[in-house]
Amino acid sequence: MARHVIAPVDELPPGTRKFLEIDGRPIAVFNIKGEYFGLLNRCPHQGAALCEGPLIGLAQSSDPGEIEYTKLGEIIRCPWHGWEFDIRTGQSYCDPRRFRVKAYPAHVEPGASVVKGPYVAETVTVKVESDYVVVEL
Amino acid sequence: MNIQFREQTDSVAPLTVKTAIADCDIHPARATRTELYPYLAKRWQHHLEVYGVHAYQGMMEGPPYPKAQPNASRRDAYPPEGGPQGSSLSFMQKQLLDPNNVQLGVLNPLNTGQGIRNHELSAALCSAINDWQIDKWTSKDKRLKASIVVGNEDGLSAAAEIRERAGDRNFVQVLLLSRNVEPLGQRRYWPIYQAAEEAGLPVGVHAFGFGGNPITPSGWPSYYIEEMVGHSQCQQSALASLVLEGVFERFPKLKMVMIEAGFGWAPSLAWRLDKVWQRLRSEVPHVKRPPSEYIREQVWWTTQPMEDPERREDLFDVIKWIGWDRLLFATDYPHWDYDEPSRVLPAGVSEANREAFYLGNAKKLYGIA
Repeated sequence: MARHVIAPVDELPPGTRKFLEIDGRPIAVFNIKGEYFGLLNRCPHQGAALCEGPLIGLAQSSDPGEIEYTKLGEIIRCPWHGWEFDIRTGQSYCDPRRFRVKAYPAHVEPGASVVKGPYVAETVTVKVESDYVVVEL
Repeated sequence: MNIQFREQTDSVAPLTVKTAIADCDIHPARATRTELYPYLAKRWQHHLEVYGVHAYQGMMEGPPYPKAQPNASRRDAYPPEGGPQGSSLSFMQKQLLDPNNVQLGVLNPLNTGQGIRNHELSAALCSAINDWQIDKWTSKDKRLKASIVVGNEDGLSAAAEIRERAGDRNFVQVLLLSRNVEPLGQRRYWPIYQAAEEAGLPVGVHAFGFGGNPITPSGWPSYYIEEMVGHSQCQQSALASLVLEGVFERFPKLKMVMIEAGFGWAPSLAWRLDKVWQRLRSEVPHVKRPPSEYIREQVWWTTQPMEDPERREDLFDVIKWIGWDRLLFATDYPHWDYDEPSRVLPAGVSEANREAFYLGNAKKLYGIA
């Protein structure tokens, strides 16, 4: 599994996302409250650029009239047909068996380890004293 | 809400050699509120500023149910120069027409002058929309063809507009909506069918519209999802009315296109109509043949939103009844329930049927060489 340095952490603050292409695959990386998530930017339903949709929460109901709204900012909604996927896992809620979007682990690594480690710097010049967002695929 | 968009300059697929297709339901939008003013007499410009428009829908501005996405549209369809989705020809070319190799695109403008209580204003707005379609769209891109928008509730002025445009090859069909004041077979609408038949133009019936009636046969539902499903019910009522009022019998060369309301329900509606017609034929002696015969001979269907059953054989069974020669591929661009051409048709369709589905049927129906 190759690891790719995609940005200094300063360039991907909480609430933002970055679109890039790695090995011909369209990828989006999100910073949600300091946690990082990578997703294939292609909806498994009809192929839309999935990650251009809004981040919403998950509405669930145990009984008619009872609505629980959780995972705020953790559900991506496709810009075409509104299909919802959990950005932590790529799971869909309408048809989790057939439709999943590929999730790629993303996290922060210090510059020193990035320079040493088995990483490919995708878009950034790496400086030892900074921290970097790294995505694995 | 946290919404962020990627820069769109290079986000569309590159132009590759793909099979040419027709897209029989494209929705062009106005970029600004006053974009129609150059085509409207001063009298109507002033009227709009002072009084606005009044649909057959009480106390409401805009549609009664919010539409799942802004402007009911794809979130990636905002033109880079600004304005609502569907308002930029250059972006439509780049996002829809070029990458999908659209050879024929049929424009169906919504939010026009249809379903407006003031019939003179309705006619003026529809005529303005038709001029605007030529100026902004069809004269600038020969792949695009327009639908003649008519003030549907006034059959006479609607027929006049059709006759005015007849023979103009910028236009390939007459556009009605499924929700009207009365079911579409009734006599107030007959002048429209007569003029369309004379002009050799199909009449498209697109889902939506303002008729003043609840949007389901049993009243106002709670959810938008019910409105979405209700379009097929509404279209079924329209089609039953067209058959049973004798429209197809009276206008045997009339061609109707059912737009954006599905087609999976067609066989069961026809079977049911045939069955009750056998028992109650004497109530409607002007319906001289089994209803299914009129439907199969005079009705075409656009595909979006394409039925998507778990077993593809179920879809093929429905299409077999309708006829592979009756389906017209459509995307509904730029709306949110857009169908992607490369994804809608399951494998297992012959080359001839695929060609008919994606292009041939539309070219034949709309008379495109």
